[in-house]
Amino acid sequence: MKLESLTQSIGEWLRGTGPESDIVMSSRVRLARNIAHYPFVSRASEQDRAEIERFLRERIATAPVGKGLDYIDVGHLEEIDRQFLVERQLISREHAEAQGARSVAIDRMEQVSLMINEEDHLRIQCMHSGLDLRGAWEQIKVVDDQIEKVVPYAFHSRWGYLTACPTNVGTGIRVSVMLHLPALVITRQIDKVFRSLHKISLAVRGLYGEGSQAMGDFYQISNQTTLGRTEEELVEQVGDVVPVLIDYERRAREFLVRETQQNVHDQVSRAFGILRTAQTISAEETMQLLSRVRMGVLLGLIGDVKLADINSLLVRTQPAHLQKLRGMELDTNDRNIERARYLRQHFEGGDASSRVIAN
Amino acid sequence: MKCQHCEKQAVFHITELEAGSVRELHLCEDHARTYLNQSESEAEVPEEAEEAAPSGGALSGPLGVGQTADELALLDQRACDMCGITFFEFRNQGRLGCPHDYVQFEKELEPLIANIHGATAHTGRRPSRGPVAAGAEPLPEGTEDLTRVIGLRREMKESIALEDYEKARENRDAIRSIEDRWIGLAASGASALAPTREMERGSE
Repeated sequence: MKLESLTQSIGEWLRGTGPESDIVMSSRVRLARNIAHYPFVSRASEQDRAEIERFLRERIATAPVGKGLDYIDVGHLEEIDRQFLVERQLISREHAEAQGARSVAIDRMEQVSLMINEEDHLRIQCMHSGLDLRGAWEQIKVVDDQIEKVVPYAFHSRWGYLTACPTNVGTGIRVSVMLHLPALVITRQIDKVFRSLHKISLAVRGLYGEGSQAMGDFYQISNQTTLGRTEEELVEQVGDVVPVLIDYERRAREFLVRETQQNVHDQVSRAFGILRTAQTISAEETMQLLSRVRMGVLLGLIGDVKLADINSLLVRTQPAHLQKLRGMELDTNDRNIERARYLRQHFEGGDASSRVIAN
Repeated sequence: MKCQHCEKQAVFHITELEAGSVRELHLCEDHARTYLNQSESEAEVPEEAEEAAPSGGALSGPLGVGQTADELALLDQRACDMCGITFFEFRNQGRLGCPHDYVQFEKELEPLIANIHGATAHTGRRPSRGPVAAGAEPLPEGTEDLTRVIGLRREMKESIALEDYEKARENRDAIRSIEDRWIGLAASGASALAPTREMERGSE
């Protein structure tokens, strides 16, 4: 599969559609699975890893789901290409940085991805745009069932599906939603929200999962425990809290418009102004400003900019995507210049009528 | 030297003399503080206090500070019969070596898993097993029998290293028969084939 073909699309999680997509970017379910006859990845030899990779690839090819998958040999990719897949959320940073034979299989919609030889032999991920945990769960269940018919998953009658880390044992499920919560950040309520989430054992992470910084007011909320509850119960545990968070964020947005109309209008206008005129700009600043503009669009303060465009810029202005689009490797300085150029071009060329609505 | 309870560097080296026995502790700053606070407030550390003690993450939690260096050393030396990982290695990396570890270290893992999940048994979906390939037998729900090949492969490598090719061939046959039985013919992968060539060369 050619990675370049992916630069033309933006992937499922940034489509900007689906229920509650003003706040919920995407819904994701992943399952951790291992085959019973090899050591877990961290203890597998180079030869073991190659055999595990081949075994899973060959067996999955015989399942119905295997027909629609494209494989990418992550072990032989250049660093920039691995980074590209991380930016699209098709592989994890851990998978990108690991050693030895490993691959990822992706379906054409970029909804399903199978990581082979990440922390576990197999990580199945299913991602849907907007709030659709149930849909993602129903889809991944089918994929998992089909693979289980051809692959001997390691299972123990008491401990359930066996995983390399005891934090995933049992169901092996991680249910998560990616939320855009700028108003809760601006009104400084975000920490309070996170503390209450921790109390009900939900984890909060940044854009790119474990250990990553929250960038541009994007946060991932997920379950922390995987044992002692059914998959459905865990899907519900995360699903139940999302409407509450959506409600908080909506109220915070209303508060901002009501109480600080001028202020918030000024903030998003300035953010928009910088994005359209800057001559050099970092990825972090871009993300932060796009986040504000996204909120501005949703609040009706900026006209003629589509939500899907903002989402698309969020991923296309990241380092690896930028370099792929430009077709050459660039150092940090050149990337910042190229990013600013790309943004200017996008806002001027693409939609000359994009204007901050006059007060 | 690493702290006995987590990945950090041990900066406190404490020797306790009690009732004629000597016990050594090597701790990082955090664990040393916890330990010293406990010893000051009460000579005998009750179990609850140990569990409540802040620690280097959930993984090191249930291995209480009250354990002696000897007890820990003994526990740490225990190794998995299949993959050979020691409990010490697991504690340091936070990753297990193979599916059999959940059986081998069940007693040690139980409090740790209870700590992480607040539960000690799976209640979710279970595999509905059929044959995974033409010619294979349906797997039992638990996969312990199949996991035995991990130990056999390790034994085979050791046999080859010791140039005991007779033993290595037995190992190889045992691996093949398990893999054929549960995984089917397509599984006759490089695992069994590659060392075969060495064995044949060695026996010439």
